Amino acid sequence: MEALIALAIGVLTGCGVYLVLRAHTFPVVLGLTLLSYAVNLFLFATGRLVIGQPPVIGSAAAALGQLADPLPQALVLTAIVIGFAMTAFVIMLSLRARAELGNDHVDGRQEGGTQS
Amino acid sequence: MNAHLAIAPILVPFLAGVLLLTLRDLPMPLRRWLALFAALAQVGIAIMLLAAVAGGEILVYRLGDWPAPWGIVLVADRLAAWMVLITTLLALFALIHASDGTDRKGRHFHVVFQMQLFGLAGAFLTGDLFNLFVFFEILLIASYGLMLHGGGAARTRAGLHYVVLNLLGSTVFLFAAGLIYASLGSLNLADIAAKAAGVAPENLGLARAGGLLLLAVFALKAALLPLHLWLPAAYAGTAAPVAALFAIMSKVGAYAILRTATLVFGDGAGSLARLFEPWLLPAALATLAAGMLGALAATSLGRLAAWLVVASVGTLLIAFALGQQGAVGTAGTAGIAAGLYYLPHGTFATALLFLLAEALRRRRPASADSLAPDADMPRHALWGGLFFVAAVAATGLPPLSGFVGKFLILKAAAEQPWVWAVILVSALAGVIALARAGTRLFFSARSADSAAPPLPVYEPHSAARELVAIGGLLLLIFALTIGAGAVVDFTRATALQLADPAAYIAAVLGLEGVKR
Repeated sequence: MEALIALAIGVLTGCGVYLVLRAHTFPVVLGLTLLSYAVNLFLFATGRLVIGQPPVIGSAAAALGQLADPLPQALVLTAIVIGFAMTAFVIMLSLRARAELGNDHVDGRQEGGTQS
Repeated sequence: MNAHLAIAPILVPFLAGVLLLTLRDLPMPLRRWLALFAALAQVGIAIMLLAAVAGGEILVYRLGDWPAPWGIVLVADRLAAWMVLITTLLALFALIHASDGTDRKGRHFHVVFQMQLFGLAGAFLTGDLFNLFVFFEILLIASYGLMLHGGGAARTRAGLHYVVLNLLGSTVFLFAAGLIYASLGSLNLADIAAKAAGVAPENLGLARAGGLLLLAVFALKAALLPLHLWLPAAYAGTAAPVAALFAIMSKVGAYAILRTATLVFGDGAGSLARLFEPWLLPAALATLAAGMLGALAATSLGRLAAWLVVASVGTLLIAFALGQQGAVGTAGTAGIAAGLYYLPHGTFATALLFLLAEALRRRRPASADSLAPDADMPRHALWGGLFFVAAVAATGLPPLSGFVGKFLILKAAAEQPWVWAVILVSALAGVIALARAGTRLFFSARSADSAAPPLPVYEPHSAARELVAIGGLLLLIFALTIGAGAVVDFTRATALQLADPAAYIAAVLGLEGVKR
């Protein structure tokens, strides 16, 4: 399972970085979204992967040192909320840039290179 | 009152922001007075906080009274209180300038402004790594609003870059925080510091990667080379009072670097000690050089001021990096003390230049603040004189506080020829850039009989608020100069406190019962 999670995080991050480096705003927004998925999975894994255990101290599992760490779960929740809000904001900003600059290039220039 | 002093700088702007949001239908003058009152209250609270911690006490505020490291703590030590005071003073004058019309160019200016102060104060006071991330997000979200305030194509373009880069930075911050938690098992800064020395060998690589990723994030916020490219366009493109307030924003990154470098990765961190040292000084020197080259190449006063922000961050981090090198108690603390003296000076001086650039934009109809001749502006002697004083301050010429700050940094850098060379040559470049700007802006008026079309009339509103804001910032710089002895004593004490993180850790983790 570790390999699967690591692979998923790696692929998401790789795709995210690739998309963020594109020159148009839509792929960039998609790339930011993929990156935030990757970081959420990553944060989830920072408490170490534990299967089928409650995140409760004092349980029988906890006595064996096998409880699921509750803190990363709380962090992921916070990160999801913030990431969601920021994605909404950057989409609105991209739409505004599309309207004000006349195209969806991140620098606001046409393919020919002239700056609008 | 004292029990809640550590959270007051965070709560007051937050409540003021909420109040201004609910009262958004009030007429503008009333909202301005409310915002001004809130800003004044924050200055008062910041002074009280500074007085409370100046003797070396560390105020710890446990949110929900959960003991650290389980709950989130706010920690006010000398460094945090100093940063809060600088922020509130800068915000007061930026707000006065903004009430001269900038706040009418979009809705909710005052709300977002207060939220920005909320995020800034929180970032300085928090003692928890993930909470630092949350406050960074708050101040960034507010800064997106402020940066785009007023709109316009150039602002939108620079704003898009700024937002995307900072979102990437936030993602990296989360990766870094996750790595730190995975390897050290805590997010409380004091607890991380206490555990850093005993990091398990198999986790050492993770912890180092996490620490260096943190440095990368903070370097992005501080606009350290090579992560500085977003700053000039963003700061030069936004409204003048916003740019003036943003002068403190890049210092947040510098603050975070200093805090983590001294507390978490200080000398007591075992194999993680001095993690930032190999990177910080070269990057800071390159930042200062790049900032001054940019200033030489700038074609408008706004851009020039933005590049000087980059240069001032470079100077600041050179000082902090020197603090990482020397032995604790001697050269090390001298570097940090010099940097903490230079920090308010650099912030106020660059903010001043942003406000002056706006003054020129309003009075020079044809060429605005770009370095080109224009018709004779009204009261040019007054504005030229103000520009001259601001330029002296920004380049660090005597007699103003920039000279004292740079002198202290050079003194702390004894026997380091590279540091001397870069600081002195870049100071010369700064003098040339500002002298050239002043000559172009004030000495070469366009002749009246040229064939150019008649110029639009200078808008005849009073310059009182602009002059209050500019004069206030100048007074702060004068105060820093005259009170240099007292301020340097304070920053030395701050540096000594930072060099010995044991007291901070003990206060937060309650080992000595420093509870208040």
